Amino acid sequence: MSPSVLLTVNGHTHELSLAPGTLLIDALRTDLALKGTRHGCGEGACGACTVLVNGIAVQSCDIAAAECAGAAIETIESDAAAPVAAAFLEFTAAQCGFCTAGIVMTILAWLRGRPVPDRAELIGKLDELHLCRCGAHARILRVADALVARPVR
Amino acid sequence: MSTLPADLAANPRLDLWVRVDDDGCITVRSGKVELGQGITTAMVAIAARQLCVSPQRVRIVSGDTALAPDEGQTAGSQSIEQGGAAMRTATALARGLFVAEAARELGVPATDIKTEEGWFFAVGRNDRCSYWDLSARVDLALDVTGLEPAVILAGAVTPPARIDLPGKLAGTMFIHDLDLPGMRHGRIVRPAMARARLVGFDRAAIEALPGVLAVLRDGDVVGIVAARDDTARQVAKRAAELLRWDAPPAPPPMSEFHDWMDDLPANSRVIFDETTCVPAAHRYEGVFARPYIAHAAIGPACAVARWTDGKLEVWTHSQGVFPLRAHLARALAMPQSDIIVTHRPGAGCYGHNGADDVALDAALLARAAGAPVMCQWSRADELSTAPAGAAMRVSVTAEMDADGRITCWDQEVFSPPHFARPSAAPGTALLSAWSMATPQAPAIAQQAGFPPGTGERNGLPLYVVGARRLRHHLLPQGPLRSSALRSLGAHCNVFAIESVMDELALRAGVDPVRFRLAHLDDPRARAVIEAAATMADWREDAPGGEGVGRGIGFARYKNSSAWCAVVAQIEVGERVRLTRAHIAVDCGEAIDVDGVINQIEGGAIQAASWTLIEEAGWDSNGPRARAWEDYPILRFGDTPDIAVRLLQPADAPPLGAGECVAGPMAGALGNALRHALGVRVRRMPLTPERIATAIEQEGS
Ligand code: FES
Ligand code: FES
Repeated sequence: MSPSVLLTVNGHTHELSLAPGTLLIDALRTDLALKGTRHGCGEGACGACTVLVNGIAVQSCDIAAAECAGAAIETIESDAAAPVAAAFLEFTAAQCGFCTAGIVMTILAWLRGRPVPDRAELIGKLDELHLCRCGAHARILRVADALVARPVR
Repeated sequence: MSTLPADLAANPRLDLWVRVDDDGCITVRSGKVELGQGITTAMVAIAARQLCVSPQRVRIVSGDTALAPDEGQTAGSQSIEQGGAAMRTATALARGLFVAEAARELGVPATDIKTEEGWFFAVGRNDRCSYWDLSARVDLALDVTGLEPAVILAGAVTPPARIDLPGKLAGTMFIHDLDLPGMRHGRIVRPAMARARLVGFDRAAIEALPGVLAVLRDGDVVGIVAARDDTARQVAKRAAELLRWDAPPAPPPMSEFHDWMDDLPANSRVIFDETTCVPAAHRYEGVFARPYIAHAAIGPACAVARWTDGKLEVWTHSQGVFPLRAHLARALAMPQSDIIVTHRPGAGCYGHNGADDVALDAALLARAAGAPVMCQWSRADELSTAPAGAAMRVSVTAEMDADGRITCWDQEVFSPPHFARPSAAPGTALLSAWSMATPQAPAIAQQAGFPPGTGERNGLPLYVVGARRLRHHLLPQGPLRSSALRSLGAHCNVFAIESVMDELALRAGVDPVRFRLAHLDDPRARAVIEAAATMADWREDAPGGEGVGRGIGFARYKNSSAWCAVVAQIEVGERVRLTRAHIAVDCGEAIDVDGVINQIEGGAIQAASWTLIEEAGWDSNGPRARAWEDYPILRFGDTPDIAVRLLQPADAPPLGAGECVAGPMAGALGNALRHALGVRVRRMPLTPERIATAIEQEGS
């Protein structure tokens, strides 16, 4: 029998029985059917799978679900992500949209660093964690600039 | 009626394009599919305008062999040119039929009917009726060939926000989100080198791996099926260790200017030959090259297949559901009529990547498992087994007279295939089909008429250059598998042409912008160059050197589509960085201005990435790139500032814009580097090593 793990995702706690070593991304996509988080490379190199764990942007393909037990996990499906996602739509800061969910989460974490979210810090974070093959980079930064002027939780 | 758009003429039944639903909406169907370019949103805007309803009332089905028209591939920046034209006419014809019925209903001549938000009004009266009131009486199941010509309404409605994005963020829209009842997850276990022979296979050992539900073996194709995607990934890794392969002969070694091309069989063609070059005051000769370039989608290739009573359903992010169906039928030796192929979006593909291949993989795995199966590729497969964009070598010889006028231009292009998609040509374009127990011959690489051409695309300058010659040598079997990547040969051909233009301008002592204008009589070409120069505040005397530079690049894509000029500003430090790009494009009327600008910005950043850093190489063990760390692409820290201006001349029909920027960007970067360092780098990518080599060679 697989051991059970308590995962708190977007404010709801779930008891999941997971095979040892199950990655957070698979617990989210497969066990919880939260499929907005994307599986890009599965190797910690593209950022498509980024979620927040205790407010910090984490690549969910690179961390075991059990390690996140008890932590507050936030995904693209969370209410907090909605205004950031809406701004991506408003600015059409995506082409295929495969990188978008992960980038939304990184920007959400960054925005919470108010009162003064630092643009250079965001670029550094995006540079470290994320790839976008469609070339939406410039638009994504424009969204971030616009969001700084708006209220965010 | 001879004026029907080609796609409509080929699919003349109107109800294939438009149906009035009974819930106050209208469904339109397109054969053009969403690749992240926003095509479904643009189609909805086109249909809404012609149907006189708000876009919110328009639903779209796209890419479905059972439901939607056959419009071939969604490629080559032709979706709006062709698919949009067909949609516009089809929806205008449908409106016309409803207007006629409304006129009968309201007892007035059709010319007195006004249409607004789905309602038909008799002018000056209060009576009205709607699409939904009349739909039972208006038969759309008819052949449009016999109809009166469509009355096309001018203008466009403002497109809604991208209709595909909310579902993509909600986890419901991508193919990877599909979850059929009883669906399992499968993987193909591939050798490092394509077409290696399987010499060690122990079915019992693979079946014994924990989590294995089914094992596929068909000739040299091996796969596993598990209940969950994560289990399938783990099992595939362990199964790989249990297989033994006999590798095919090693490919020829890589070399800077692709010397290996000289030893390969070639299909050689003279595309264009006005005369041979007569020597003039100045001659410039140069050899330019680009490496293979990976498509490198962010998301893995993925497909879902389900067999029911010998019939097959496939969900795919292929660019062409009908051509894919034809090739699945070849590979599986079954009639096309027993296969339904339905499009679901995947990650951006930028051309022919593994999307088609994985559809056959899923079908084979689903057959082995006796259950619906989703098959995804690994990152290594994505980078090493999918077709790459072809490597190229382009030689240019140009002569210029003492007055600085180019008198002749001779361009010779070598390239492995730029087009090996599923198509009507013989052979099968699906990877696993080549290694099944009953193997299929690979599809023959295709050449196309010029323009547009494939490897020789944009190999003729648009400039007035006197006598021109263009030759193309297609090498059917290169060291890596290759097929269509955005812009095909235009990327390297324009890089070569624009590099030579700057070298000639330098020898003539004329500013590069003025030199180009002096060799152009096409007013729309001149306009984009002038616009980009103005945007960038181009100065003839701008100092180069000190590690900063600026350069211009121009082309008319395919010599017949959108005009584009780019001014690139760069900084050269540890590497070359594009800091700013000013881009002017004339792609005729834009249905969705911001959507087109988005395409151009994305194309510009991707082309900068190709040109500055990307190279898909190989060694004696096959393709070298198997993970992102082996194949860097442009990252956020190198995001350039981009400004795009669309010139929209009045009454100019829309032309695709997704690919027009690749060549001009490459040219502008090469020229900016020349301006910054005084050295001409002829081989992409423009890395520090190549710059050092070029400096050494010029010094010697
Ligand atoms: S999927 Fe996790 S980093 Fe790529
Ligand atoms: S929008 Fe396609 S990868 Fe970023």
